[in-house]
Amino acid sequence: MALLTTSLSTTGDRRARLTRDAIGVLVIAAFALVGYFLFPNNLALLTRITAIALLVLSLDLVTGYCGVATLGHAALFGAGAYGAGIAAAHFGITDPIAMLAVGIVSGAIAGLISGVVVLRAHGLPQLVLSIAIIHLAHEAANKASGWTGGSDGLAGIMPDAVFGLWQFDLWGRTAYVFGIVLLIVAFVILRQIVRSPFGMLCRGIRQDPVRVRAMGASVHGTLIKMYAISGAVAGAGGALNAISTQVVGLDSLSFTLSAEALVMLVLGGTGSLYGALIGTITFMWFEDVVSAANPFHWLTIVGALLIAVVLFAPKGLYGSVAAYFERRGRKGR
Amino acid sequence: MSAIFDVRNLRKMFGGLAVTNDVSLSMAPGDRVALIGPNGAGKTTFVNLVTGNILPNSGTVTLGGEDVTRLGPTQRVRRGLVRSFQVTRLFSEMTPEEHVSLAILQREGRSGKMFASHRAMPGVMDEAHALLAKLGIAQLAGHRVSEIAYGQQRLLELALALALKPKVLLLDEPAAGVPQSDTARIEQAIADLPADLAVLMIEHDMDLVFRFAKRVIVLAAGEIIFDGSPDAVTKDARVRQAYLGSYADARSVA
Repeated sequence: MALLTTSLSTTGDRRARLTRDAIGVLVIAAFALVGYFLFPNNLALLTRITAIALLVLSLDLVTGYCGVATLGHAALFGAGAYGAGIAAAHFGITDPIAMLAVGIVSGAIAGLISGVVVLRAHGLPQLVLSIAIIHLAHEAANKASGWTGGSDGLAGIMPDAVFGLWQFDLWGRTAYVFGIVLLIVAFVILRQIVRSPFGMLCRGIRQDPVRVRAMGASVHGTLIKMYAISGAVAGAGGALNAISTQVVGLDSLSFTLSAEALVMLVLGGTGSLYGALIGTITFMWFEDVVSAANPFHWLTIVGALLIAVVLFAPKGLYGSVAAYFERRGRKGR
Repeated sequence: MSAIFDVRNLRKMFGGLAVTNDVSLSMAPGDRVALIGPNGAGKTTFVNLVTGNILPNSGTVTLGGEDVTRLGPTQRVRRGLVRSFQVTRLFSEMTPEEHVSLAILQREGRSGKMFASHRAMPGVMDEAHALLAKLGIAQLAGHRVSEIAYGQQRLLELALALALKPKVLLLDEPAAGVPQSDTARIEQAIADLPADLAVLMIEHDMDLVFRFAKRVIVLAAGEIIFDGSPDAVTKDARVRQAYLGSYADARSVA
């Protein structure tokens, strides 16, 4: 009898989860459609938001789920962007799917390397190591100008049509759809990973690594794995950026981008994929609107928004709303 | 007697100070041993040596016939040496169900699975719920640990340890910090531990020690000064000397 009720509740749970994921995918798709029709002349910005959303999701995996503090995450994004860009400009790999694959692999390798370095330390030294990584990566890309174009940027990236059918057009429609599909696929895969036993182990490591070790699990090995996955996701974002803009600049390997990604994550709420997405959209949309409305003081206004969120919604926009509903739900029970 | 757990001539120096000095002890399956000793006797160092958090200067630790002296803590856990903590260490945002499922999956080598869900594994879920029910906290399975009482968290720690199916269990002050009203449940849970499990309890609460242990080991200044039955320990002159110093002969034991 006990066995029966347990297995019944597991299938019920599973259905509820699948429903929730389906709703998540539909919401992303709906947002994408609304964006497409509301801002048909601004699809380049929307595609850029999509690429950065992948970076912020990837940062959430190590910072939000595993508790690793990093200010060098753009190194993984930049590795994906330069990987895909160099493949196209120097090796003639211009199929967008192949470029994407190269970006994902480059990002995963960059993730492994920075994971090995960053995870040597904890706390503030860890943060400093991550900053060192992004500066080293930036300088390396700057010096290797034969490959990367240095400070002029890497040009000459001409991606073919997607599946030979959809040419990348001047208005950025193909790139936008390509990006949204990529984001949805990444979102579905990550939803699965974060609630798998592996994802549970990662959350455990964030909350108490000593307990995880006392259970016989390897903390370091688990974190390195998550870093590689995170690198793959960031690399996909970088590749999307290279494919859609057809140029890769040093800004994709910058400390500024790393720090902004962290700000977006905190704004939306760490430890939740929805938080990462909402943080990215809010920050980038706000930045765009405010900088157009007031070109002189927009940074001040963005700063004020951040202070307000950190003071009044310390769990981030999504995190605070979710916590509110959870409290209400518990009272109602 | 076949020892499941055997510590031989363990020695650890911090500078010139021997914090663990030539300590030997052996346990068979089913043993119930209490390790006691005054503050600074080296109990914590001993636990850290045995679990692999620090390495000894000399001596060996053997687990089920295998020398584990040079193995790290996680390797020892995988071989069946499991510990609990003096102050509860749990994942505050996770539920008891998740805790125990994760421990079971870890034991089975499946905790690294990315494209699966523990909720879709009936074997794991049934075992987790059975274990929580055995410890009387099944009704809390879906609550966050941060919402449940400290006494119940201690029971969950025991469930976690048992989920790993240990051969040797180290209980580090299992009743510390638990309100008086809950200690009975903890004691009952300890009394109900599997009969073939070797349990070493580090404890200050003498009532608990005398109810639990068939054998008491007293550590003082890094050395074992007594190893024998609970009845004999209170009468032992060296033990009284260690706990009470020069007052041992002047006053009766409180």
